[in-house]
This record gives sequence, C-alpha cells and structure tokens, in this order.
Amino acid sequence: MAIWLTENSKIIVQGMTGGEGTKHTRRMLASGARVVGGVNARKAGTTHEGLPVFGTVKEAIEQTGADVSVVFVPPAFTKDAVKEAIDAEIPLCVVITEGVPVHDTTEFWAYAVAKGNKTRIIGPNCPGIASPGASNAGIIPADITTAGRIGLVSKSGTLTYQLMYELRDFGFSTAVGIGGDPVIGTTHIDALQAFQDDPATDAIVMIGEIGGDAEERAAAYIEQHVTKPVVAYVAGFTAPEGKTMGHAGAIVSGSAGTAQAKKEALEKVGVRVGKTPSETARLMREVMQSR
Amino acid sequence: MDLFEHQAKELFAEYGIPVPRGIVAHTVEEARAAAEELTGRVVVKAQVKTGGRGKAGGVKVADDAADAEQKATQILGMDIKGHTVHKVLIEEASAIAEEYYFSFLLDRANRTFLAICSAAGGMDIEEVAHSAPEKVAKVPVSPLDGVDRAKAREIAVAGGLPEVALDGAAELIEKLWAAFVDEDASLVEVNPMILSADGQVKALDGKVTLDDNATFRQADHSVFEDKAAEDPLEAAAKAKDLNYVKLDGSVGIIGNGAGLVMSTLDVVAYAGEAFPGQPKPANFLDIGGGASAEVMAAGLEIIISDPAVKSIFVNVFGGITACDAVANGIVSAFQLLEGRGEAVSRPLVVRLDGNNAELGRKILADASLKGVELVDTMDDAAKRAAELAAVGA
Repeated sequence: MAIWLTENSKIIVQGMTGGEGTKHTRRMLASGARVVGGVNARKAGTTHEGLPVFGTVKEAIEQTGADVSVVFVPPAFTKDAVKEAIDAEIPLCVVITEGVPVHDTTEFWAYAVAKGNKTRIIGPNCPGIASPGASNAGIIPADITTAGRIGLVSKSGTLTYQLMYELRDFGFSTAVGIGGDPVIGTTHIDALQAFQDDPATDAIVMIGEIGGDAEERAAAYIEQHVTKPVVAYVAGFTAPEGKTMGHAGAIVSGSAGTAQAKKEALEKVGVRVGKTPSETARLMREVMQSR
Repeated sequence: MDLFEHQAKELFAEYGIPVPRGIVAHTVEEARAAAEELTGRVVVKAQVKTGGRGKAGGVKVADDAADAEQKATQILGMDIKGHTVHKVLIEEASAIAEEYYFSFLLDRANRTFLAICSAAGGMDIEEVAHSAPEKVAKVPVSPLDGVDRAKAREIAVAGGLPEVALDGAAELIEKLWAAFVDEDASLVEVNPMILSADGQVKALDGKVTLDDNATFRQADHSVFEDKAAEDPLEAAAKAKDLNYVKLDGSVGIIGNGAGLVMSTLDVVAYAGEAFPGQPKPANFLDIGGGASAEVMAAGLEIIISDPAVKSIFVNVFGGITACDAVANGIVSAFQLLEGRGEAVSRPLVVRLDGNNAELGRKILADASLKGVELVDTMDDAAKRAAELAAVGA
C-alpha cells in the first residue's frame, strides 16, 4: 500500500511528445510504472515511445482507464492543460512544469475547487510522486531507494532524493514532492493526513524551506492529528531577506517565512528537526530502529 | 521583481488610476528643474525598494524649486536600510483630507487573492492589523470572479471608508484589479490611498511586485529592471541563465536543485562556526537537477570570478543525471575553463552522492584535477570547504 499512487495506477502524460515528456516517459516506463498513453491535440492518433497519443485527457481516460496524469507542458500552456485534466475528472494530476505564473496556478486551483475537488493536484514545479516498487509519476529517480514504510513529503526535489537515498535501507511507502511555488495543489498537511491514515506507513519525513507559513500550519496539524512519528528538515537558515532562492516561493519577507520560525514551530509540537539532511536521516533511522 | 514607487505609479496611470503629477530626478539639478516645472509646493521622495522611507527622512516637503533642490541634496545618496538613494521622485504636493490603505495580494495560505482595505491608512498597516484588527478588512477574491465596480464598492465599505470616498475608491479599486491581473502582479499596494481636499480619491504611494514567472508574456516588464543596482556577478550569472544570488561569505557554492543548495548554504555556515573568521557561503548557485557539463562550467566561471571566494564546494546529488555523468561534467568544465585561460585556482571540494556515486568519484580521482578534493558526505565536505576558506583567508 501507499498513498495516492499504487501499482494499479494507470498514468497518462500531458506533453509526452516534448523533450522532457519523452525523456521522463521513458524513465517512468523503465521504473515499472504503468504509463498507458499521452495527450497532444496536434498528434492525436499517432504513437510515441510505443504508446498511443490521444487528443484530449477525456479521450485518454475513456480509452485506457487512466487515473493519473503527469503534466510536462510548457508554462504558457500549463493552466489550460490542468483545467482540461480537472474537466475530465482524473483523480490525480501531477504538474511537473516549472515557471508557471502564479495567477495561472491560483486560477486552476480555484477552478478545481469550483468543480468539487475531484482532481488531486500535486505541484506545480515539483518532482512528482513515487511509491517505490509500485509506481512512479514524475521525475523522481526510482532507483535511488527501495520500498519500505517511511512516508516523505517535501517542497524540494533534490533534498527528497537525498533523504530517499540515505534511508534506502529502510525504504519508502510513498514520497511526495509538493513543489516550491507560492501556490501549490497538495500541501504538507494533505500528505501528513494521508500518511497518518495509511496502514503501510510507520513514520513521516517532512522537508520544508523558507517562505510562506506552510510548515507552521503543518506543525499545528501534527499537534492535533498526527500520532505517527514525524522527523523534519527545514532549508534556508542563511537565506538573506527579500531574495528568491531558486524556488519561486522561497523568499523571506521581513520577519515572515524564516527557517528559524518554522523549526521552532515544529519542535514546539514535538517534531524532531535535523540540523542537516544527514542528521535528519539519522533521526529517522533512530525512529525506525526503535520500532 | 519589485518596482520603484515612480514605476508603480506609471503603471497605475496606464490603467487610469489617479496619481499626483511627478517627475523623476537623478541629480540635484534635475530635482530643481522638475520642481520648477511642477510649480508650487512639491514632495521630494527617495526612490528605494524598501519600506520606512518617511521615518528614515527620505520623504520631505519643499515650498519651492530652491527648497526642492536643497531637500534633494539631503536625500540623494542617503542610505535607507542598506539601499542607496540614486533617484528621487518630485511630486506635486496633495491637499490630503483623509488617508486610507488598500492592496491586492496573493494569499499563499488560502491559495487565493486577497483585498485588504482600511480607513486607517498612511501609517504602519501591520501595526494597525495587530492592535486593531477590526479596522482592517480582508476580503478574499477568487480569480474566477474578479473584481467589478460593485465588488470594489463592497470592499471599500468593508474597509470602513466614508460615504464621500466610496465612488472614487470603488473606481480606483476596480482599475487596480485590472492592473493586478493584466500585469501578473503578486502585490499592488496603495498606502496611502487618499481622499483629497477636493474630493478625489488618489494613489499617493504605490508598491508593486511582479511575478518573474510571467516574463514570457510580459515582455515590456524588462523596462522596469534596475540594471544599475544589480550585483555585477548576479548580472553575469543571469546572462548565462544561472540561478545565482550573491552573498557575503568566502565559500563558493555550486549545487543541483534549489532545496539542496539552500541546505548546502546552511550546512557550510554551521561548519564555518568552528573555524577562524567563521567562513560563510559566498553565493547561492543552483545548476538545476540535470547538472550538465556546460552549466557546470558556466557556474564555475561565475564563482571563480568572485574575488571573495577562497574555496569552492560543489555539492551534487546524482538523481536524474547519475554521478558519473556529473563527474565527467566537472572534468570537462575544468578543461573548458583551462582552454579559456581561466583555470580554477582555488581549492575545490566535491561531494557526489546518489546514483553511480562510486563511479563518479573514481572518474574524478583518476582525472587528478589540481586542487580538487573528494569528500564522501555533505557534512564533512562542508567542514573541509570551510576549513580551506579559513586557511585561504
């Protein structure tokens, strides 16, 4: 078992025929994920990487029974691609695209809410979601870790990989990269809730970074609702105020959004926060060994 | 990108939002000429991208052109919270009856937009929001619904604006929403939004933040870039399409992925605490998840052109691009730079982890590049890089 993505998940790729879409479709297939087709209105009816290309998400679902879409289309077209996925009521839409204008993300989020939240959106600007040994939707390198009982939720791609790799002997139920943009679909809290309810997950790693107050809100949620052990890491203690650090959402504004405030909020509710990624892995190792 | 006040007001004016007449001056002479053109009382306002200008003495009223010249002399070159004043806005003085606060912004937590409106404007709105939250109306705005005149009026009423200001405020708010959406802003703030003695509602100040992700459809926003204030290294990095932020330490940092690089800065700063002079990171530089040879070379080139850098830490996690490819990239980057006569002359610590880490380390060891050390873990590599920076200082 895992959260949101299992070995039964059938994946379609929006933007499969582009450079990134092609590369990562191959990687997903190689990792054993069930990619069943792609979507590109201009190439409907053709095949790509041995998979059928459909004109619309709706058609792809009808023909293949797909229940997950991974979006690789360029930023200018991402809003329409996600709205199309929402209209088709696909249960999970993973938006990998980096550089989506925040007005577009805010609009497709509002659209998803207005349509009754039938589609779970992960991202944008995220590495996707992987349930090792079962399936992989996005760009997380599947071969750095193994299947196991740790759940991971993170704003950062490479820090996700780092922790998955350091803890590869324990392995992961599911790792979710929620992305580093100011507005994202799935939040830390959504993932914490799902991991808490997932019988195949014993403990949770949460990775945050400067900007916004998602980690503070996650801490409040943990205090109320999460009984499984949570170990956390927060990046950006040395980030200067007012500078965007790579991720569009990673910015300290005045005294808000600092790493220190996030660490304190998490520690206050009993979450152990590692000083470095490796120390975080050590803390999780202790949790898993004491079980 | 944050705009200067005068840029924000130029943008507002394009949307028909009433703003006082104003002229930008870079010198004292220009300030005098501007005041002469405007005639009468003017306000001389420092143009810096930070708050608290008024309290710092960066905003002064002048009675005439000679006075404006004198006030500009005081303000130009002034330092306000680390920002040097290179230009002033000379603006006709407004007869203010009342001061309000208004903004549209992105509400990250609720994933929607927010209108904030208050009749208690002109002062520190955060303080008012804290001490008298009932005086500050926060109205969620859905991007699907937008703001028409009726909604704008509803927001103004919620903010407690008086009847006499409602029509003018509603018109201003509706136009401001158009600017917010059409320009891909994440913030438009008017503080104060004033009711003038003659009953007009105007934007007396303006603060605008534009979304850098929207540049592809906002080509004309490039005119707002403040090239003069840009750090030369940041400008050079930007020209190479690198994600670089200059910091004030001595350990050059290159990594892949924004989160990992942020984390690397922290780990280096902790490690530096143990060494003389407490070396700190010299920069943020993310060469992206892929970590290709060309980008690695471009990154190294920027780092070695920073004279403050005493040691370099290359911290790569091989995921999508495996470590052997990254190692080959570092070797080619060295060759590329040597070929250009820009050999890497400072010690460089490399940590490779992830896919094919062993193979990657072997490639680097076999290449025996001058000054390059391999350290297995991120924490130990950070220590070594900090130590080398302390020795080199």
